[in-house]
Amino acid sequence: MSLVHTVRSETTKITSTRLWWVLALIMVGYVGLCAGGLGAIFGGLGTNTTGPVLPDAQIPLLIYSFATSVGYVFPVLFGALAVTSEFRFQSLTPTFLAIPRRGVVLTGKLITLFLAGAGFGVLALIASMGAGAAVLAGFGIDPLLGDPDTWAFVGRSLLAMALWAAIGVGLGTLVPSQVAAIVIVLAFTQFVEPLLRLGSTITDWSAQIGQFLPGSASDALVGSSIYTAMSGTTSVALEWWQGGLVLAAIAAVATLIGSATSWRRDVS
Amino acid sequence: MPTGVPIEFSGLTKRFGSVAAVSDLTFTVEPGQVTGFLGPNGAGKTTTLRMLLGLVQPSAGSASFGGTAYAKLDSPLSTVGASLEAASFHPGRSARNHLAVYAQAAGLPKTAPDAALEKVGLAGYANRRVGGYSLGMRQRLGLAFALLGDPGVLVLDEPINGLDPEGIKWIRLLLRAMAAEGRTVLISSHLLSEVQQTVDEVVIISHGTLVHRGELSTLDTSDTKQVQVNAADRDRLAEILREAGYTVSNLRSGVLVDNAEAGEIGRLAFDAGIPLTGLSQKRTGLEESFLTLVGEEGSL
Ligand SMILES: Nc1ncnc2c1ncn2[C@@H]1O[C@H](COP(=O)(O)OP(=O)(O)OP(=O)(O)O)[C@@H](O)[C@H]1O
Ligand SMILES: [Mg+2]
Repeated sequence: MSLVHTVRSETTKITSTRLWWVLALIMVGYVGLCAGGLGAIFGGLGTNTTGPVLPDAQIPLLIYSFATSVGYVFPVLFGALAVTSEFRFQSLTPTFLAIPRRGVVLTGKLITLFLAGAGFGVLALIASMGAGAAVLAGFGIDPLLGDPDTWAFVGRSLLAMALWAAIGVGLGTLVPSQVAAIVIVLAFTQFVEPLLRLGSTITDWSAQIGQFLPGSASDALVGSSIYTAMSGTTSVALEWWQGGLVLAAIAAVATLIGSATSWRRDVS
Repeated sequence: MPTGVPIEFSGLTKRFGSVAAVSDLTFTVEPGQVTGFLGPNGAGKTTTLRMLLGLVQPSAGSASFGGTAYAKLDSPLSTVGASLEAASFHPGRSARNHLAVYAQAAGLPKTAPDAALEKVGLAGYANRRVGGYSLGMRQRLGLAFALLGDPGVLVLDEPINGLDPEGIKWIRLLLRAMAAEGRTVLISSHLLSEVQQTVDEVVIISHGTLVHRGELSTLDTSDTKQVQVNAADRDRLAEILREAGYTVSNLRSGVLVDNAEAGEIGRLAFDAGIPLTGLSQKRTGLEESFLTLVGEEGSL
């Protein structure tokens, strides 16, 4: 009962400030530009007959997967900010006054942000598939919009975005400082992890570890990504469901640690 | 009409490292009256109230509402309304949405936010972002949050801070009316004079320790009762009073009469046919007793 109330309240929290649509707007623009841009490159290569890098059938999903491969940072940020802004603006005081059971509040936040992450996924896919399919069709490549595989990919992408938002919530409880959380998200997703993923492909044993990096796990879940396409060998990768479990485990562990530390502390 | 329950503090203690912010506080706040929780800056008022509301974990002791700890209340916002001194809101949210967030969390009716804004006079600013609110408007919004669930108990930390004279008068009447309805009202302040006309009972702490509790009048320990009186013909008034045996001294706006009751002075002036332009009993003892209780070095 009170979990339903919490989810309703948390939903009002995230929809009643400007943040969601500012982030969504940037995400849609960024993802749409990447998908449209790469679509044009592939389309151009294809018609130039200099030999396509990939078979035509793999191109659409690769382009659509920009929704997650570049878009995932937005649900993470959104999830993290949903938590850190409570610390920053001291709104934990009224939140815990309304619902003194802090575990219920955090669970409600996790559920709400999971759903919001899926919402970000919908918008990101509209951007990547809209721009990508239009460009591909323009170059005479089948955008595969009727293919069941495409729609299975859509479902897995939505799950990935939802899990990324949940990871953001976990991160926010671990690092309640808003600035620190933003810096960590940006540095890790844009710099540290891409380097680690690249580095891990050098040897076999490091590739075994590298597949558990959150970004690799996310790409495994989605099933297609510009990163895996670029690094060539896709031999070492998790199954899609294993990728999903890795993301869920990261979210769960971070949230559990956070709930026992910053979330339990005195609110003053 | 929701009725209040007593607030019970029992051996409540909080240490921050080596700092004993609150030490072994034990007292009860009764329904049906306004209780002032007083102490100088840093005395431990906010810490005590945060422990009462389950926001800060006590080092020892407990606090409850009619025997139930805040965290165990079935519907907290409908039982206890609280407003703490910190501005606890997201500046980018409108006042209506701010309240809607917590009304939904507590399962209150959809009309609760607007009703609360109406009560505190913010109905006209409901859709404005809270970040642009003035200090007084924020204070009112805090009060609206406290009133959201129409609770039987009100716990307000420094509710008068930042209000203009009209606002002070308004909140005074509101709190008195709520106490008269049988609710429990506990308000903190670091200034006795600020709440003197609002409270029935006082609980005074200093350095985290209880130093006095009782009715407001018990604080007035001075045995010199003074009356301030004024008339157009001030000289004649003073003369009459001296003849009646009073000690009289001149003030900027009237004369001060020692050891006097206002009623008696009024009667003397009336008998002498002197129209008065002012007459009031002075309670000089209150503030002095307060300062004595909290100690010379009571303030930070
Ligand atoms: N989180 C904290 N960590 C360390 N010390 C604290 C903390 N919160 C309060 N204190 C200390 O506890 C004491 C009591 O503080 P508190 O805020 O309860 O006083 P107060 O009576 O509300 O004062 P004021 O009138 O200024 O609001 C102070 O010495 C303060 O420095
Ligand atoms: Mg205080």
